[in-house]
Amino acid sequence: MSAEGTGSVARLLAWLEERAGWSFLVDLGKHKKVPLHRHTIWYYLGGMTLFLFIIQVCTGILLLLYYRASAGEAFESVQFIVSRVPFGWLIRSIHSWSANLLVFVLFIHMFSVFFLKAYRRPREITWITGTLLLFLMMGFGFSGYLLPWNKLAFFATQVGTEVAGALPVVGSFALRFLRGGDQVTGGTLTRFYGIHVAVLPALTTAIMGLHLLMVQKHGMSEPPAIEAEQKAKGQAGRSMSFLPDFLLRDLIGWCAALGALAALAAIFPWELGEKADPFAPAPAGIRPEWYFCWMFQTLKVLPPHVLGIEGELWGILGISAGALIWLLVPFLDRVPAPGNRLTRFFSVFGWVALAYMAVMTVWVYLPGGR
Amino acid sequence: MGEQPTRRGFLNWFLGTSLGAMAASVLYPLARYVSPPDVPEAQTDRVVAGKEGDLKPNDGKIFRFGSQPGLLVRTAEGEYMAYSAACTHLNCTVQYRGDLKQIWCACHNGFYDLQGTNVGGPPPRPLEKFKVNVANGEIVVSRT
Repeated sequence: MSAEGTGSVARLLAWLEERAGWSFLVDLGKHKKVPLHRHTIWYYLGGMTLFLFIIQVCTGILLLLYYRASAGEAFESVQFIVSRVPFGWLIRSIHSWSANLLVFVLFIHMFSVFFLKAYRRPREITWITGTLLLFLMMGFGFSGYLLPWNKLAFFATQVGTEVAGALPVVGSFALRFLRGGDQVTGGTLTRFYGIHVAVLPALTTAIMGLHLLMVQKHGMSEPPAIEAEQKAKGQAGRSMSFLPDFLLRDLIGWCAALGALAALAAIFPWELGEKADPFAPAPAGIRPEWYFCWMFQTLKVLPPHVLGIEGELWGILGISAGALIWLLVPFLDRVPAPGNRLTRFFSVFGWVALAYMAVMTVWVYLPGGR
Repeated sequence: MGEQPTRRGFLNWFLGTSLGAMAASVLYPLARYVSPPDVPEAQTDRVVAGKEGDLKPNDGKIFRFGSQPGLLVRTAEGEYMAYSAACTHLNCTVQYRGDLKQIWCACHNGFYDLQGTNVGGPPPRPLEKFKVNVANGEIVVSRT
């Protein structure tokens, strides 16, 4: 019976191979090598991010079956999902938890790539597409936060869109484009919904496709220090096959992540809060999602005016300039090599950025920090 | 003497400008479409924010001033004051804190005194202040 079954599968695969010629993908995976050294663990983070993104897509599609994108119905529809729909609470909680874990893993992935200097030639496009993907994921977080139409989300959107509105030249257009008018209203919710479920997924698919293609084309980057050590010893580095060895290890991580997500969703279900009321004051203790907290705190501690210009504008320009430098790092740190002064400068720049973000984030969560 | 124009050069120029015009004819309506139209709204200059006695001394409440939130405060001395409730920092809706006798924005911890002047935190400007009249038991708020 089983031999017959195997025969059928083999025949089906042969049929597919004759028409689609898909076996080149398997060959590609078998020929792809993953370097083995003391930093190999960081290579798993890209796959983990991809896995969490797939969870987001699946749970997001399931939420779409019941969600209604209007100011009058959004909150009630999410309430319906979490209280009446079988396992609705689980799907919504996993979507929220997975979004947070995804951004967390993505940040670690990005910083590990940064400190291991994996952005260096010829991987500039991989770095740029990866950084753009981080911005897109933050865009997903920002737009998705409003969709339950609760109080916290309403004011987070009010502040976030006001920040976009303070940008020089394009600010006014950006604010009206994002809000769908001058105020945060049901029109803003409809726009954010469209951006969250159509515009961002389309952009992400295109950029992620390019990112994965570049990773496949150039393979995993070995850190300059490891390369120098191997050169000094006159040995070629060790490696393992992507298919099946690395993928099987990836799978273990993905199973653990799925378990952790289910546990988090069951033990700490994501709260819905109170329905948004545009004519209520901002509630005490308001803060954005943790990954925006460092920007939130920056805007909070800046004085009203610096050198005659409003403090918030300095903050917004500073953060935008930092993001641009981060995006262009491969072109600024052109010859990363151990001992190179510019390379050391950029490593310090990365540590300072990381420390700044961590301190500002922790500050928000400290008693009295808000 | 410049180079003689070639047939190839002319065709390239012709096709290039045609493509440019075609792209513009697609992008211009798109850009206009995503920017929402101005919806004319009757300017609200005067509203009834509440009834006398609704508010205890040293308390405040949000009221609608057209499409914007306004803040009505009854001071500890019983005087009524009204302001725009939009924080001048990043547009969050402010509230009255009776314990501090100040107006507070919860979003970034901004403070204003009872004259609406920014006195703490990041707000760069004072709140817009409205005029308050009490007539026939109604609290009428108007732009000054």
